[in-house]
Amino acid sequence: MALEKVTLGKSLTNGMRKAMDRDPKVVLIGEDIGKLGGVFRITEGLQKDFGEERVIDSPLAESGIVGTAVGMALRGYRPVCEIQFDGFVYPAFDQIVCQVAKLHARALGAVKIPMVIRIPFGGGIGSPEHHSESPEAYFAHTAGLRVVACSNPEDAHWMIQQAIECDDPVIFFEPKRRYHDRAEYDTDATSAPRGLFEANIVRPGTDVTLLGYGPVVKTMVEAAAAAEAEGTSIEVIDLRSLSPLPIDTIVESVRRTGRLVVVHEASSFLGMASEISAQVTERCFYELEAPVIRVAGANIPYPPSRMEEDFLPDLDRILDGVDRALAY
Amino acid sequence: MSDKVVAELHQPTPEVGDGGPDMIQLLTPEGQRVSHPDYDQYVADLTAEDLRSFYRDLVLIRRLDAEGYALQRQGELGLWPSLLGQEAAQVGSGRALKPHDFVFPTYREHGVGFVRGMDPQSSLQLFRGVSQGGWDPTEHNFHLYTIVIGAQTLHATGYAMGVKMDGNVGTGDPDRDTAVICYFGDGASSQGDVNEAFVYAASFDAPVVFFCQNNQWAISEPVTKQTRIPLFQRARGFGFPGVRVDGNDVLATYAVTKHCLDEARNGNGPLLIEAYTYRMGAHTTADDPTKYRVSAEVEQWKFRDPILRLKTYLAHEGMADDAFFTQVDEEADGFAAELREGCITMETMAGETMWDHVYAEDHPVMEAERAAFLAYKASFEEAN
Ligand SMILES: Cc1ncc(C[n+]2csc(CCOP(=O)(O)OP(=O)(O)O)c2C)c(N)n1
Ligand SMILES: [Mg+2]
Repeated sequence: MALEKVTLGKSLTNGMRKAMDRDPKVVLIGEDIGKLGGVFRITEGLQKDFGEERVIDSPLAESGIVGTAVGMALRGYRPVCEIQFDGFVYPAFDQIVCQVAKLHARALGAVKIPMVIRIPFGGGIGSPEHHSESPEAYFAHTAGLRVVACSNPEDAHWMIQQAIECDDPVIFFEPKRRYHDRAEYDTDATSAPRGLFEANIVRPGTDVTLLGYGPVVKTMVEAAAAAEAEGTSIEVIDLRSLSPLPIDTIVESVRRTGRLVVVHEASSFLGMASEISAQVTERCFYELEAPVIRVAGANIPYPPSRMEEDFLPDLDRILDGVDRALAY
Repeated sequence: MSDKVVAELHQPTPEVGDGGPDMIQLLTPEGQRVSHPDYDQYVADLTAEDLRSFYRDLVLIRRLDAEGYALQRQGELGLWPSLLGQEAAQVGSGRALKPHDFVFPTYREHGVGFVRGMDPQSSLQLFRGVSQGGWDPTEHNFHLYTIVIGAQTLHATGYAMGVKMDGNVGTGDPDRDTAVICYFGDGASSQGDVNEAFVYAASFDAPVVFFCQNNQWAISEPVTKQTRIPLFQRARGFGFPGVRVDGNDVLATYAVTKHCLDEARNGNGPLLIEAYTYRMGAHTTADDPTKYRVSAEVEQWKFRDPILRLKTYLAHEGMADDAFFTQVDEEADGFAAELREGCITMETMAGETMWDHVYAEDHPVMEAERAAFLAYKASFEEAN
């Protein structure tokens, strides 16, 4: 047992280090991930320890990163791609959607594409355009891809290892504004607290279910604490897996609380909350006391950073969503 | 393959700091004017006054850059991508343009914008976070900054195709024939978009000049990560001419760009210019170059400073005296103070304006969300 307080960023580094120690076929590829350790330093020290062949500084081309990773996967490697920022994944979109997602099915299962595409996502860091986006729905919409998002250090540590071990391609979203958040956990533990595709009830409650993933989980927990002071008991669920959806956990919770508020930074139109709302309505129609409420980004391009507070779901907007659910 | 071709293919990439024998230079780092059989003609009619105004531009944009850096450090800007070291590449190429030519910049061309007559505040607003661009590209024929690496090379190509479709190429009328210039970096040369732009521009004989500022680095990655051969030689494979110019030499950059723009206007486009230069500062204020490059390299490039060499030349030739240099410095002080004042008083737009320009035509979702936002905001005021 080694209880340590580790940042979310370092937890990812350590998780990748463990995966690389265990399996020599795990290789990392991305822009500036070698000497620099990535612009967020998530791969810091790994090139020094594993060499330039396993921690590959790629030329500046995202389609190249993902496309060559497909080839490496076909050759028996387990590539972990780093996309520098959410807004720079699109040059690789064709490779991800047309190739990564489909090869296993096209070969009738004869080949596997066990690769991870890491994408720092979300806003709130005061950056210019393309550095604060939440593109998860595009990928969740695509069959053949698994999509997850971590929200805290311990999950980051385990989920990245589980994603690397997964035989399917995994799009791995990292909440960039939470990279420096710290939490204490047993860094020596030998098994993960839960599976990669399971949701986590972060805080039990009885009146409303509050569901989200990535950067907003922390805000949801703060909202639940604030609501408790006013006598409202909120159950907070960290979705963790966006595809497949751990729908049973959500349904079970909503059957108890009768109310669901879904939070994400991505625009509401056809966002994750839309699918969740549809499935919950299908399964919990008679238990629901209120329509499923969405607290999400507006349906506009991500705004200039000085206006982003008016765009992002913050504590007040989440509580407003809870109030709206309770008003029925 | 012939031995000659094989030998050529395996030519070592020149060491960083050495542009190699193909690099066009008109002013040495020591400020000596050297002549060039092809390019002297393009600077022949520059007067002493022109050269002094080149110098002024160089000094002012370096000052603009220093102010951008300081404003970021003081929390007034979120980020600042510095142009330090690349002043001559930007002034030389920018000054070679005609007003009706069109520019597609990256995020670092504050100097080109300045010589195009852009309000220097413009380049600050994106980095202050009050807009995602916010200027009208048609006002100075200077497109919005493009942050997504390489994307603008295709826009420039398409714009140039449009120029040609309009019949504004090769007419011989200097007020009509138009060229497009597209800036991009050494790192960008790896992107698919850039390579597709080369193919399209060549396929359609587009009047576009691709202007690559090879500043030796793409964040932490040296140019050798992107290319085995000197970048200007890439053009040959796409079937158009490429030339390497000393990007720290404002005269040579001006001459080479003028030549290439003329070629494009006359219907001999596309062309590629590789301006061989150096990023003296960090990639942006968010970067720490000590992690990946040695200071000796930076020191070596200080000897090639673009401003110093022009200053030496002007002084040596008696084209400018101390009074002039002092006056430019004083002007720069005033310019910087104005820039700072303009920056810190730049207003953040009200939240409800986020929905204003998403679509050109009315859109029901925009109306509804704006109204909901205003009602939500008002609910706090009522509560207080
Ligand atoms: C498609 C895309 N990928 C990654 C980035 C992140 N990024 C910003 S600048 C940069 C390096 C650019 O290098 P270069 O083209 O040489 O231009 P320079 O910054 O040196 O002027 C990178 C990787 C981006 N902006 N766009
Ligand atoms: Mg560069």
